[in-house]
Amino acid sequence: MMYQIRDLHLSLPDMTRKPLLGPAPRINILNGLSFDVPQGAVLGIVGGSGSGKSTLGRAMLRLLEPTSGSITFDGIDITHQREAELRSMRRRFQMIFQDPMSSLNPRRRVGGIIAGPLKLHGFDNPRARVDEALDMVGLPRSFASRYPHELSGGQRQRVGIARAIALRPDFILADEIVSGLDVSSQAQVLNLLEELVRELGLTLAFISHDLSVIRRLCSRIVVLHQGKIVEEAETAALFDAPQAEYTRELMRAIPLPDPDQVWI
Amino acid sequence: MSGYLNIRNLSVSLRGGGPILRSVTLDVAAGQVHGLVGESGAGKSMIGKAVLGTLPRALQITAGEIWLDGQDLLKLSPGQRRHRIGATTALIPQDPLTALNPSRRIGPQITRRLVDILGWTKAAAEARALELLAEVDIPDPRRVMRTYPHELSGGMRQRILIASAFAAEPKLIIADEPTTALDVTVQKQILRLIAEMQARHGTALLFVTHDLGVVSKVCDSLSVLYAGKIVENARMRRFFMHPIHPYSAALLAATPTYTNPQGSLMPVPESVIETVEQEVTAHDRRWGRR
Amino acid sequence: MRDARSELTRPIGVRLWLSGGWLMLLACAAIFAPWIAPQDPLAQDLFLGRMPPFWENGSEAGFWLGTDSLGRDVLSRILYGARLAMIVALVAGTLTCLIGASLGLIAGFYRGWPDRIISRFVDIWMAFPPVLFAILLIAVLGTGLTSIIIAIVIIDWTRFARVIRAEALSQSAMDYVASAQVAGRARFGTMLTEILPNVLPTIVALLTLEMGIAVIVEAILSFVNLSISTDSPTWGGMIAEGRISVHQAWWVLVFPLITLFLTVLSFSQLGEGLKDRFDPVLR
Repeated sequence: MMYQIRDLHLSLPDMTRKPLLGPAPRINILNGLSFDVPQGAVLGIVGGSGSGKSTLGRAMLRLLEPTSGSITFDGIDITHQREAELRSMRRRFQMIFQDPMSSLNPRRRVGGIIAGPLKLHGFDNPRARVDEALDMVGLPRSFASRYPHELSGGQRQRVGIARAIALRPDFILADEIVSGLDVSSQAQVLNLLEELVRELGLTLAFISHDLSVIRRLCSRIVVLHQGKIVEEAETAALFDAPQAEYTRELMRAIPLPDPDQVWI
Repeated sequence: MSGYLNIRNLSVSLRGGGPILRSVTLDVAAGQVHGLVGESGAGKSMIGKAVLGTLPRALQITAGEIWLDGQDLLKLSPGQRRHRIGATTALIPQDPLTALNPSRRIGPQITRRLVDILGWTKAAAEARALELLAEVDIPDPRRVMRTYPHELSGGMRQRILIASAFAAEPKLIIADEPTTALDVTVQKQILRLIAEMQARHGTALLFVTHDLGVVSKVCDSLSVLYAGKIVENARMRRFFMHPIHPYSAALLAATPTYTNPQGSLMPVPESVIETVEQEVTAHDRRWGRR
Repeated sequence: MRDARSELTRPIGVRLWLSGGWLMLLACAAIFAPWIAPQDPLAQDLFLGRMPPFWENGSEAGFWLGTDSLGRDVLSRILYGARLAMIVALVAGTLTCLIGASLGLIAGFYRGWPDRIISRFVDIWMAFPPVLFAILLIAVLGTGLTSIIIAIVIIDWTRFARVIRAEALSQSAMDYVASAQVAGRARFGTMLTEILPNVLPTIVALLTLEMGIAVIVEAILSFVNLSISTDSPTWGGMIAEGRISVHQAWWVLVFPLITLFLTVLSFSQLGEGLKDRFDPVLR
C-alpha cells in the first residue's frame, strides 16, 4: 500500500471567532476518514468547496498535521513526524498545485524552480535533469530561462508537473490542477499527466470538483462531503450506480454540453 | 435589423497596440439568451464591457456600431450614452464577493441605483428590493436587507446580485461568467434562477462563459470567439448537433463530459489552431491592425 | 493563443534618471567637497557677511550662492553638509533596513511566538512620538554622528518591521512556499530563497525612502542644535541659522532648504523608479 489512512481527523482554529482571551474554537475539517491508496493506483478525490478535499491532500503530504488518526506512507507512520524527520522522505511524495501562478515563485526562472528541489536532495547534474523534465512535459528546453509570468496557464502547469516528476517520486498529489485552465489546455495537461503516470509507474491522487475530469483519469473514486467519505467505489461502478445521495446530486448538477440532457 | 442589441463590425484595440476584438458582429433578440464562448484572452468579456462602456482605459473602440434598441450607442455623446445604458442595461458580475461593497448593508446596495439614477422614492425602492429578494428565493428578505455581504454565502451573494440586476427592469442584462466562482450544485441553482428570471421578465441576456455545458443549458444562440474574432454564430441546438467551424467542433470535443469518458477531453488539434490563426491573419491583412 | 497584452512594453522611468542623477551629483559633492568647494566652509569674515548670490547686485566673486551673517560661503557649506547627510543616509538607512527587515521577515514568516514578541515591541515603539523620542535619545547618548545614527535606527526600524512583516505574511500564504516545503527545504532556507526575493523590491523601496527620512531626521536634529558639533556645516543647522535672518538674507535659508527638499524627494523617487524598472513581475 502506498497510503493507508485510518480514522483521520483534522481541526483548525477558527481565528475569526477567537475570543479576546483563551484559545480560538476549532472547526472540524476532516471527520474520521479511512481509505487506502494502492501502489500504482490513480485515485480521484471529489467534493464540493468546503468538503475538505484540499485539506485532506495537504494532510497526506504532511503540510498539515492531523489531530488524530493515522497516515501511513509505504509502511512508515508519518502522522506526527517532525519536519526534520520528514525532510529526507519528502522527495518520495510530491504535489502539483491548483494555481500554477501562486505555486511558482515569480522571481525565479523556470530552470531554477525545477532545479531547486533537485539540488536539495543531492541529485547529480541538475541541469541535465531539468532539461529532461522539460522534455517530458513537452516544453522547449529554452523555457528554463523564462519567468513564470511569461508563460501561459497551461505552460505554467506543465512546469509544476516538471518540478514534481523531476524528483522521481513514488506518489504525486494533484490538487485541482486543471480547474484554472481553459478546456483545450485542460485536455493537454490531463493527457500529459496520464502518460507520465503510466510511463513512470507513479501512484496518483487526483483532487477535483469536476466528476468529468475525474472519470477521465481515475480508476477509483472517493467522494467527500463535509469532511466525511460518503462514497468510495471503482470509477465505472460509481458512474453506473452512484450509491450516495450526494454523489447523485453532484452528478445531476453537472451541465453537459448536450442540449438534450434533462437538467433544469 | 431585428433584435434588441446589434453589434456590427466592432473592433477594439489596445491604445498604440494590437487588436483585441476583430470586427465582431452579433445580435441578441429581445427576450433571448445569447452566449459568448471562448478561451481566456479571446475577448469575450470585452464585448460586454464595450456595450456597457466600461472598457479598461488602455483599450479603445476603433470601428463599428453598437445598436441598442435601434440607436447606435457610439454616435451618442458620452453623457447620453451613460444615461441610456443606465436606464436599459444591467450587469451580473463574475465575482459575487468583490461586486458588493463590504462595508455597506445589502439593502442600500440594491436600492441605491433605483433612488439615485432612476429617481424612485426610498420607500418604493425598498418595497421593490424586498419583492425581488423574495423572487430570487432569499429567505427572510427583511433581515437580509440589513446584513453585510460577508455574512452571506457565495450563492446568496450571487442571488442578491441577480436581484439587483433585475431591479430596474432592464431590457438587456450582461452576465459575465456569473457562476464560475461557484460549486456545481450551487451553479445549477443560480443558472436555473437566471433562466427563470430572464424568461419571466422577458429580458435580453448576453451570457459570457467559458463553459459549453452551461451554454447548452441557458442559451438560445451563441458566438464562439477566438483571438477577438467570431469564429461561429449559431443557434444553440444546431451548434451542438452540427458545429460548422472546426474550432467549434474541437472546443466541443475538448469539453469534459462524464457520460462519455473516452470521447471527451480531446486536445484542440494543431491543424485547427492553424486554421483559425490563418483566418485571424487574413482579417488583419484585410482591415489593417486598426 | 494570441495575447495583445504581451505587446506592451514598459517605459523607462524618467524619474529614475532624474533622481539618480541628483543623488550621484550629491555623492560626488560629498566625496570631493574639499577639492571642489570654492571656499573654506568654516572661514568667517565679518566684512563679507550676508553677501547675496552671484546674480544679484553687490555679490562678491567666488561666493556663488552668497554668504551667511558670519561671512561663510553658502555653497561650500552645502557641499560639506552633503557629506554628513550622505553618511547618515547610507549608514543609518542601511542599518535600519537590516534590523527592521530581518525582524519583520522573521515575524511574518515564522508567525507564532516570534511574531507575538516582535509585533508587541513594534506596537510599543510606535506609541512614542518619533521626534521627541529622537531628542530624548540624543540627550541620553550625547551629540555626535554615531548618536544620530543610533537614534535613527532605534526609532525607525519599526517602519521596516511592520511593512515587511505584512509582506512576508502574505507571501507565506502562497503555494510556492508550500511547494518548497513539499520539496523538503528547511524553514530558514525557505525564508531566504523563496520569501526574501519576493519582498526585496519592497525592501529596496523602503530603504531609499528611509535614506530620505534619515536626512530629514538629521536636519531636524541639527535644526534644534542636537546634531554634531556646531562648527561642522549641516543642512539643518544652516536652515536654523538662515531662519533668523530670512528677511535680510533669504539665500542662507532657501538654498539648503532646496537641497534638502530635492534630496529627500530623489530618495523616495529612486525607490519607486527602481521598483518599476527591475521588478520582473508585471503587476
